[in-house]
Amino acid sequence: MSTIPVTREVSEAPWTLPSRGIVGMACLILAESAIFIIFVVAYVYYIGKSLSGPTPKQVLELPIVATICLLSSSITAHAAVSSLRKDRVSACTAWLGATIFLALVFLFYTAKEWYELIYHYGLTIRTNLFGTTFYSLVGLHATHVVVGLIMLTVALIAGLRKAMNEHHAEKLEVLSLYWHFVDAVWVVVFTVVYVLGR
Amino acid sequence: MATTTAVDLTSQTKPKKLLLQVAHDWLTTVDHKKIGIMYIVYALVFLVIAGFMAMLIRIQLAVPNNHFLSPQVFNRLFTMHGTTMVFFVGMPILFGFGNYLIPLMIGARDMAFPRLNAFSFWISAFGGILLYYSYVGGSGLYGAGSAPDVSWWAYAPLTEKVFSPGHSTDYWTFSILLSGIGTTGTAINIVATILSMRCKGMTMTRLPLLPWIYLVTSFLVFVAVSPLTAAQIMITIDRYLGAHFFDTQAGGSAILWFHFFWIFGHPEVYILVMPAFGFMNEIIPVFSRKAIFGYPAMVAATVSIGFISLSVWAHHMFIDGLGAGGNIFFTAATMVISVPTGIKIFNWLATMWGGKIQFKTPMLFATGFLFQFLGAGLTGIVLSSAPMDWQLNNTYFVVAHFHYVLVGAILFALFAAFYYWYPKMTGRMLSERLGKWHFWLFVIGFHLTFDLMHVPGILGMPRRIYTYEAGRGWDSWNMLVSAGGFIQAIATVIFVVNMVWAFYRGRVAGPDPWDAWTLEWATTSPPPDYNFAVPPSISSRRPLWDLKHPEDVDSHYEY
Repeated sequence: MSTIPVTREVSEAPWTLPSRGIVGMACLILAESAIFIIFVVAYVYYIGKSLSGPTPKQVLELPIVATICLLSSSITAHAAVSSLRKDRVSACTAWLGATIFLALVFLFYTAKEWYELIYHYGLTIRTNLFGTTFYSLVGLHATHVVVGLIMLTVALIAGLRKAMNEHHAEKLEVLSLYWHFVDAVWVVVFTVVYVLGR
Repeated sequence: MATTTAVDLTSQTKPKKLLLQVAHDWLTTVDHKKIGIMYIVYALVFLVIAGFMAMLIRIQLAVPNNHFLSPQVFNRLFTMHGTTMVFFVGMPILFGFGNYLIPLMIGARDMAFPRLNAFSFWISAFGGILLYYSYVGGSGLYGAGSAPDVSWWAYAPLTEKVFSPGHSTDYWTFSILLSGIGTTGTAINIVATILSMRCKGMTMTRLPLLPWIYLVTSFLVFVAVSPLTAAQIMITIDRYLGAHFFDTQAGGSAILWFHFFWIFGHPEVYILVMPAFGFMNEIIPVFSRKAIFGYPAMVAATVSIGFISLSVWAHHMFIDGLGAGGNIFFTAATMVISVPTGIKIFNWLATMWGGKIQFKTPMLFATGFLFQFLGAGLTGIVLSSAPMDWQLNNTYFVVAHFHYVLVGAILFALFAAFYYWYPKMTGRMLSERLGKWHFWLFVIGFHLTFDLMHVPGILGMPRRIYTYEAGRGWDSWNMLVSAGGFIQAIATVIFVVNMVWAFYRGRVAGPDPWDAWTLEWATTSPPPDYNFAVPPSISSRRPLWDLKHPEDVDSHYEY
């Protein structure tokens, strides 16, 4: 038994293939988008179908500050990747820190919103269809923010311990793709829940 | 032309390993070939279990007024049979073959993410074990025999806490959720492998058709399995946190569950059947001694089936009151999907046309596939028309139709794949004689069972009934159907015997027993851990043909 040789004349054109990390992340984003679409469809389907109060108009406020923070964190994440690509590790670490800070502000606003909804208006996931769909859709998004936050923190620690260099730029880019996706989903959630839903 | 160093593997004598070491090697492996084989073995174990359940169901239905099983046990049996066959036989076995074959066929040394691969396998396997654990844990440890009884689609609000108390439905939900996560992980891995691990010279137009099909199937997994995962999360929130997604008492909608389930459920049929097409694309040309006819058309048909399959789900809901507009759209979409499928059948026939066909066992099963898949498609067209469906919905006609696809097409393609790639995986040939016995018995049993099953359906026998009165004209048909089922079971036993026998006593295969053309035959059988001593580089769709026929290379004819 021996291996049959399959090595032919090598063609002149360089053989380049897409990065597997980016392809893998793109696939994950596609799968996650499908999950979010189902939750958004459920939300839209049940708008105005609750049998009892409170209604979104009575209790929801536009989370303007949170939205600005989350969307600008996409810019800082991008800046982190570009500075790592130029091998400026400390700048990258600073941008990562800014991203994490903005994400924490966003989560703080979500927590505050949920606290008020639960303790002032008595809206829980079992109250009515609005509660069911609101907490599950916004909660699903917040879960993704938390997951992204954990991964960003790992990257930040790597940066602070000087364990990161320009060869990790591609890995950080994969992470930033995820983060951009989380932001893009928020645009949809914001439109559906806080604009259309009211 | 060919420059290389041949690696002689026979000289390396391997020391005998302890059983514990072997187990450790398999349990901790990240090698795509071992994971592929583990997927296949785990699917075969579940195939035997679910097949045994099918036999119990057929014993119960063989004669009228039978009290062999109680109604409750019957409900549990068809739920477990359906769930197991779709999630823990069909998907694992197809992903097992994909895992094993794709890196070999594209000339890579492993999958793109080997550890994700192992994770996906173990989480799927855990899902299957969890499903069967429900038999002892569904209603607490004292409720032995309390498996889920909500059928494989678990229609809401039947699955809500009010109608399904206890935990058997939770076991169902969690096992499907886990298998969904595992499937998505594998699909991500397959896409990343095919797009970024191809060997030098393998452009997308030279990619063998099997990886092409797995690529499209994986995209279907992303957009179809994820909705199922989302729906499982919703039903879990309903059951545990008291939410109201599918709780009709609080304004929730059962129809929404139907939509969410079938957005997964119909593309799932294509997720299962497309790899079967992939096996055909490899097996039929080799045993016809011709290159595949119409490679670009095959790719185009694959991609269009992928797209159209996303717009056919509501043909499962013709009788749910979608309205005429919805019914017309989904009737049309369902009929349109038969066009690319027809293109594929024509191309397989054109590949065989004028070829020097060798009817070895894999080719026998492939030919059986062609006939039966055509039959399945034709009864599918009957059901795709909304008025016919109003008449036949929830009768044995539907059961016969989808078993025609799942057994007649997919299982036959899988048997063909087993006979074709078993030498590659184990280094030994399966017995041709036992293979022919297996084939003919299975064909006879299959047609006896599923051809005749259409008749009681047309005569109005509803599905999911646990028994029926005598004198409705269903009795003798059911007896024959059950007899056919047992013939299939005997054929499957022959197949298992063949596999076990061949593993120890089969003829040694050598690297390329079928004189085939794709890259997996360019390495030893079974392949070494690193697949290829030298990473191959290719210049046409049939690299081994070029190697064997340097005077008449393929690349001159490709377009």
